[in-house]
Amino acid sequence: MSQTTTYNDKVVRQFALMTVIWGIVGMVVGVFIAAQLIWPGLGWEIPWLSYGRLRPLHTNAVIFAFGGSALFATSYYCVQRTSHVRLFSDKLAAFTFWGWQAVIVGAAISLPLGFTMGKEYAELIWPLAVLVALVWVAYAIVFFGTIVKRRVKHIYVANWFFGAFILTVAVLHIVNNLAIPTGWLHSYPIYAGAVDAMVQWWYGHNAVGFFLTAGFLGMMYYFVPKQAGRPIYSYRLSIVHFWSLIAIYMWAGPHHLHYTAVPDWVQTLGMLFSVMLLAPSWGGMINGIMTLSGAWHKLRTDPILRFMIVALSFYGIATFEGPMMSIKTVNALSHYTDWTIGHVHAGALGWVAMISIGAIYSLWPRLLGLDGMYSTRLIEWHFWVSTIGTVLYIVAMWIAGVMQGLMWRTFNEDGTLTYTFIEVLQFTEPYYILRLIGGIVFTAGMFFMVYNMYKTWQMAAKEDLDVSVSEPAHA
Amino acid sequence: MSAFWHWFVVIITLGFTVAMVWLFIATGRARVPTGTNEEGEETTGHVWDDDLRELNNPMPRWWLWLFYGTVIFSLIYLVLYPGLGNYPGVLGWTSEGQYQEERERASAEFEERFGELLELPVEELVEHPDALRMGRNIYAHNCSTCHGPDARGAPGYPNLTDDHWIWGGEPDQVFTSIHDGRHAIMPPFGDALGEQGVTRTAVYVQQLAGQSVDRSMAEAGRRHYEQQCAACHGADGTGNVFLGAPDLTRGVYIYGGSLDELRHTIRDGREGIMPAQSGLLGEGRSKLVTAYVLSLSRNGDE
Repeated sequence: MSQTTTYNDKVVRQFALMTVIWGIVGMVVGVFIAAQLIWPGLGWEIPWLSYGRLRPLHTNAVIFAFGGSALFATSYYCVQRTSHVRLFSDKLAAFTFWGWQAVIVGAAISLPLGFTMGKEYAELIWPLAVLVALVWVAYAIVFFGTIVKRRVKHIYVANWFFGAFILTVAVLHIVNNLAIPTGWLHSYPIYAGAVDAMVQWWYGHNAVGFFLTAGFLGMMYYFVPKQAGRPIYSYRLSIVHFWSLIAIYMWAGPHHLHYTAVPDWVQTLGMLFSVMLLAPSWGGMINGIMTLSGAWHKLRTDPILRFMIVALSFYGIATFEGPMMSIKTVNALSHYTDWTIGHVHAGALGWVAMISIGAIYSLWPRLLGLDGMYSTRLIEWHFWVSTIGTVLYIVAMWIAGVMQGLMWRTFNEDGTLTYTFIEVLQFTEPYYILRLIGGIVFTAGMFFMVYNMYKTWQMAAKEDLDVSVSEPAHA
Repeated sequence: MSAFWHWFVVIITLGFTVAMVWLFIATGRARVPTGTNEEGEETTGHVWDDDLRELNNPMPRWWLWLFYGTVIFSLIYLVLYPGLGNYPGVLGWTSEGQYQEERERASAEFEERFGELLELPVEELVEHPDALRMGRNIYAHNCSTCHGPDARGAPGYPNLTDDHWIWGGEPDQVFTSIHDGRHAIMPPFGDALGEQGVTRTAVYVQQLAGQSVDRSMAEAGRRHYEQQCAACHGADGTGNVFLGAPDLTRGVYIYGGSLDELRHTIRDGREGIMPAQSGLLGEGRSKLVTAYVLSLSRNGDE
């Protein structure tokens, strides 16, 4: 029989490996810039080691290189298994892998050199942004082509989320990056003023909503029931929370622009749709946690499942915090403080990284024809350092952020501000140190992971890893 | 916003919200064809990848009510606050209005509490502990970025603790510097003097400040000085506070006093801007900062 009877796991293995490699790179850069906030001299006045250039490198590396590779790996794996066919095109799939790696390397060179579009989470200069668009179109063709070829009638819920994520990110990326080039390295956006800000945060918030939420919910919907050996808790809950999540997220962007030049009515709608987003967001958490409910005893022995349940818990915390922070009066306190950084990392470390780590631990041995990872104990260790690192990070930023907000708005009797900027900074320093420790602890866990993956790879028979496409069940 | 866009916003916002509520209600009532698995649970019968299945549990009631609750909150909010296009909301709130109101309340309280203090002349405020405490605070938030937390200046920004005043050290002169700002221009003389002339002039400027320098260089520089520089800095080099031309006999420089730095200043010129604080601080607070700054320079003498 020809190769059409096996799954294309090569591209999945490539992306799974790069997930961990880029995760380590991105987190190490994060640790470095966290240290710069305590010791500003770190960087020795070398321009490409300066905070302003490395911060976008950190965000791009963890979101698009680490998170993106994890999404490619798990979506390619899931869509083949749940459609009972091989990927639509091996060549296009290989193009998405090499193209995506080229984008990341391009980012890792251009950002430290100081070439940027200047839009948060969309910093890449236009030639790289064009390459992102090409890779993304290829990704959409491979993914939806596979769905079209599927041999089962119903499309599995994980694929709804992956599909929504792929389609929406294409639209967001292209619209926000529309620009007129003035050279190879520079361009001007076609939008101006408040409209530019509005487009940027429509993009920015939906990058969170679709890249970091919908995509990873897709991952959750495949790996949680698989690892727990339990059916999804509620079919109808998945339908309602899917449609309401993707529909309501689109409106929420203006909550990033409270008390700015954006009109009041726009700010209000941004806030209200963020509040209405609470229940749709929690729908995914409920469905995930209740899926585990018949398998609580497995948590004792399976640290991979523990990664997933903790990820869902942090997802619940972050998606409660988000609507709350979007309320104008809360935002007046929290905006521009480290609370925002803490909120982002509750999502990024607690949810995105933890669910990805769990999924890769579940995936890696399967990709190598093995029953499990080399060492469960090391996963156990990894679980604990990840959890402790995340908690230290978030708690430090909560305290720092709330206190910054309060200190900035404290007035003396005579109407002057009580605290100067430098005094607030001095107050924050110990919490920056605590955050740095949290970051180091979390990053250390990634080294356990890469070692464990290497040892697992050594155990595998290197030839004939191809897995035959399984026959659809006749329900 | 035109009537078209107003109604566009109203219809799409309310229509969207209604559609979401319908989604929740309709799906909750929908009949899904089901079967039963070995454990007696109700499933949809779909199977993927050998063992992925779905149960048909109802959506949690508390979760449904959480959603309806946020919808009700939002609808009430839309009645009270601006959100539906041009509709201003029952409360008439705007972010601009909130800002103005808070500012007015703060200045009214300030006037009430400290109006009397501001009647006093600066000379008395310099001795008044309350005025100095407020001045210090205003300084820390508005001035320290450039002039430094200790007011000792930085390259390009004058030291405020000494008695060397480029624009004059009388209370009304310092007040004008703060309230209305200053714009100082030292024109470039590189073309007029040539590189050698620039160096000679710089050496003469060092001699003016009492440094021991090469006599013949300084003598050559003096001729350049008299032609090009004396008009502003004065024949004797003591400067002119009305032009913001610094006194060169004191050896105090904001752009540096080394030969290289002086040559740079003479060759390429300098431009210094003290931004006006009238819009940000207003008259009363500018007066308090004046008093604080003057107290620094006077205490510095002791």
